[in-house]
Formats: sequence, structure tokens, C-alpha cells
Amino acid sequence: MAQNGEGSRGFGLGILKGFALTAVHLFRRRFTILYPEKRLPVPRRIRGTELVWYVDRCTGCATCAKTCHQGVIKIVTSGPEGNRFHVDKFEVDTGYCIFCGLCVEACPFDAIFMSTEYERGKYRREDLVMSKEMLMAADKHPSAYYHPQPVPGVALPEKVPSIEETW
Amino acid sequence: MAIKTEPFVVNVGPQHPSTHGVFRMRMVMDGETIVDMEPVFGYLHRGVEKIGETRTYTGCIPLTDRMDYLSAPANNLAYVMAVEKLAGVKAPERAQYIRVIMGELARLASHSMAVGSFLNDLGAMATPLVYMWREREKILDLLEMTCGQRLTSNYMRVGGVSQDLPEEFTPAVKKFVVEMPRFIDEYDQLIKDNEIVLARTKGVGVLSKEMAVSIGASGPVLRGSGVKWDIRKSDPYAVYDRMQFDIPTGTAGDCYDRYRVRVEEMRQSVRILEQALAQLPQGEVRAKVPQRLRPPAGAAYGHIEGPKGELGFYVVSDGSVAPYRFHIRAPSLINLSALREMVIGWKIADAIVTFGSIDICLGEVDR
Repeated sequence: MAQNGEGSRGFGLGILKGFALTAVHLFRRRFTILYPEKRLPVPRRIRGTELVWYVDRCTGCATCAKTCHQGVIKIVTSGPEGNRFHVDKFEVDTGYCIFCGLCVEACPFDAIFMSTEYERGKYRREDLVMSKEMLMAADKHPSAYYHPQPVPGVALPEKVPSIEETW
Repeated sequence: MAIKTEPFVVNVGPQHPSTHGVFRMRMVMDGETIVDMEPVFGYLHRGVEKIGETRTYTGCIPLTDRMDYLSAPANNLAYVMAVEKLAGVKAPERAQYIRVIMGELARLASHSMAVGSFLNDLGAMATPLVYMWREREKILDLLEMTCGQRLTSNYMRVGGVSQDLPEEFTPAVKKFVVEMPRFIDEYDQLIKDNEIVLARTKGVGVLSKEMAVSIGASGPVLRGSGVKWDIRKSDPYAVYDRMQFDIPTGTAGDCYDRYRVRVEEMRQSVRILEQALAQLPQGEVRAKVPQRLRPPAGAAYGHIEGPKGELGFYVVSDGSVAPYRFHIRAPSLINLSALREMVIGWKIADAIVTFGSIDICLGEVDR
């Protein structure tokens, strides 16, 4: 391929260079890990696949449900009782969730968080729907996405925000 | 004695190991030579533009992640720039710098994928591709550290970015900037002198300067043909006007030149990253923008130099919470329309290489 100019020093040298690079890789540190046995640490801000919901901080304002453009969060409330609504139903259909994290950003009371979990394989689609009870009972592994740290026992506001205020 | 032959049609794709994604090339062949080629796309159409009309301005940002999924922050940036123009919002200076950093990281990730899959198309099965993925993995780790996910970043917001960089980001990206040039040289070593690559790519799939301009090609495809055109220079957005960098161009407009332009651009991206990190100011990262944004009625076009070319969003507002019209100028689609000009007269194997050299992302072509 002398007409190409760049390979004119000797045919085949360029190919050997490529092979040399591959040979160097034999002695490099392996870049991959064997997944189920070993795990990489997840970053703090990971938007994991399980919503973490703190019922004690939730006022039932449904800002998350209004922000969710996938229509994943279903919330039914009754009340208000004092400064909050009673949450009768809080359902997250993680099968439709795209984990954009906009609901977490929108929550005015830090009541929902993304989680650091990432293994959510299920055998049936119905199993992907997380009910209020499941969310309450779930082990909570909140991620630092958007809310830097979960604030334990954050004080609730004096009055329930109206729809105009939350939007 | 002349043998009577007639052209026949070969469909490459939509499910074919050597096409990227679900793309079909309907080739009219004379023996092994391509007489005519018709690109058939739309298999991955999800109606992003129509869905966008039903969502709020913020709710459209995750949609843009899913177009060119190899460089999601760049897509976010183009969209939020259009909406910012529409709403008259200006992002704080730190956010502008973060946008430049993220845009260049996305370019590096996309170009390393482009170079890797280009070699894969040439028949270097998987090995170079995995080398490129190794570097891309580091970039994706940086993205994950910042915005929580590797591919669908959803990081830019109207009026800034969603949250500030974490404190571990700056040391990590500084380390990356030092390491990356060495790996770019390594990639280059695989191709620059390799006789097989040169024989397969030099002079193959030539796109002339005039044709590239008249088709409206942009990005490395246009620059590979020798046109010095880069939105970062010609219409500087964010803080690109404060950065020193060159626009690499090719001369012949063949597959090899397009590859060279990408590798040089990666070097320039590292340069921009270094400068942006050095200049990164402190301060706010997000302007005060109502969550339910209602921009005044009007239209705006925001465009950036994406990894694949000029990526533009044309957003029309009627004063409500959702865009009235949402049009995407996808560089992959427009560059792909140049494919027919490039492959006529070549063999099928060359068509695959030419197709790989355009570097398209089907998520963006069909959107």
C-alpha cells in the first residue's frame, strides 16, 4: 500500500503495531469485574430503581404525581387533617417509570427519594407496581440525588400548600 | 460473449449484524457493485416531537435523553437553550461552564463509540470496540457521579443544571483529562498506519465539499469534506467563546478523513475540558425558574455543535405550559441522507464502512 503514503515504511508494520497494543493488554489490570460475585460501589447520586417514600414527611400534596409526565405515581388522599392530607393510596408503577428523578426534584418536603438499589427483576408485570404498604415496609436506601442528604424528622409546614403554590 | 445480467435488490437490514440499530439499506446491485441505494428508516419512531407537545417544558428534557443516547447531555443542552431563548432566562456562569464540561464529555463518549464501531464495521471484530468502551466507561462513570445515570442523564434544566457538581467530580475529571490523550494516541495507533484500514477507507465513500454543503451535512461529516464549520465557533453558545480550540478538517472527504476528524476532535475536547476546569467559577448553578414554566408566545431555535453535527431544537410556544410545536433538527438524519451519494459505485462491504463512518444514532434518526 505504498501509494497511501503513510504505510510506506514497510508493509505490515501498522498491523503489527495493532497486535502489539493487544499484547500489551495482556499485562494490564483487568477493567471488568465478575458481576454477581463482585459489585462496583454505586455513586451517591445514583437514580436507582426503587422509590423511597417517607410517609411521615409526606403531606399528600401530590406535587410528585403532577410532575410525573409518565403518569407513574397514583395518589389518592382524604382530609385534610391539620396541616396534611391523609394518603389513602400511593402507588408507583415502576414498570412505566423512566427514573428521570423529576418527582424527587419537585417534592417540597423531601418525602421521596431515588434509591441506590438497581436489581429489580420480576417475573410478572404486576409485581412492578409498588403499593403504599410495600413502599412503607421497604428497606430504605435513599440516594443523594437532588436532596443532598435525607433529613431525619424534618418539621412539617404550618399549612397545606395549595395547588397554585406547589406549582 | 456478453452475459446478459439485470440488477437485483438486496436489503441490508433492518435486522443485520453490520448495521447500527434498525436501519435498512435497499440496494440495487449490479453484480457486487451498488447501482442505487435507498435508505429506509423509521423503525424506531417513537413520536418524540408529538409526545413533547403534551408535556411540560421540563418534562420534555427526559425525552431528549432518549434521542441520541450516546451523548445525552448534549441533547439536553440544545433543548434547554431553545427554551431559555424562548423564556428569556439566562443560566448562571457556573452552569454555563458545567454545560461546556458535560458537552465535551458527551462528545468524547460519542466519538469513542463512533471510532470503535467504525472499526467493528471494518471487520475488526469487537476488540477495538472494547478498547474504546473502556475509556467511554470512565466518562459514563463521571456522568453517573454527577447526574445519577450513565446514559439518560437528564442533567440540564431551563436556567442552569439540575444540581451542582459533586466534590469528587473535579479530581476525577482532572485525572481523566491527564490520562485521556494517551488513550487517544493508542486508538490512533490502531488505525493510522494499519494497512488494512488504509486500504479499506482511503478514497472510499467520498463526499465532495459542494455535495456536503448542499445536503446540509454537519459535524465530522462536513468537516471531513474540508468545510471549516463548527457552531462552537460560528455561533458560540455557553462559554465556548472563552475557549481556545481548533477545528480539525479533512481534505478528501473519504471515510478515513471523517475518522481523522473525530480523533482530532477528541484531542480538542480534552483541551477544552482542561480550560473549562481551570476557569470554572463558584456560584449558583440554577436560575430561579418556575417549575411550571409558561414562556411567552413565540418561537425559538437553539442549536449546538453536537457530537454528530448541528443539533437544533425549534420550540414554538403559545403561552401555555406545554410546547405548541417541538421540532428537532437531528444531525444523524440529515447526515444519513448523504449516504446515497457516497455509496453508489462501491461494493456492499464499502457501503457498510461508509455507513459506519457517518456515525449515526438510530434513536436520533427516527426519534
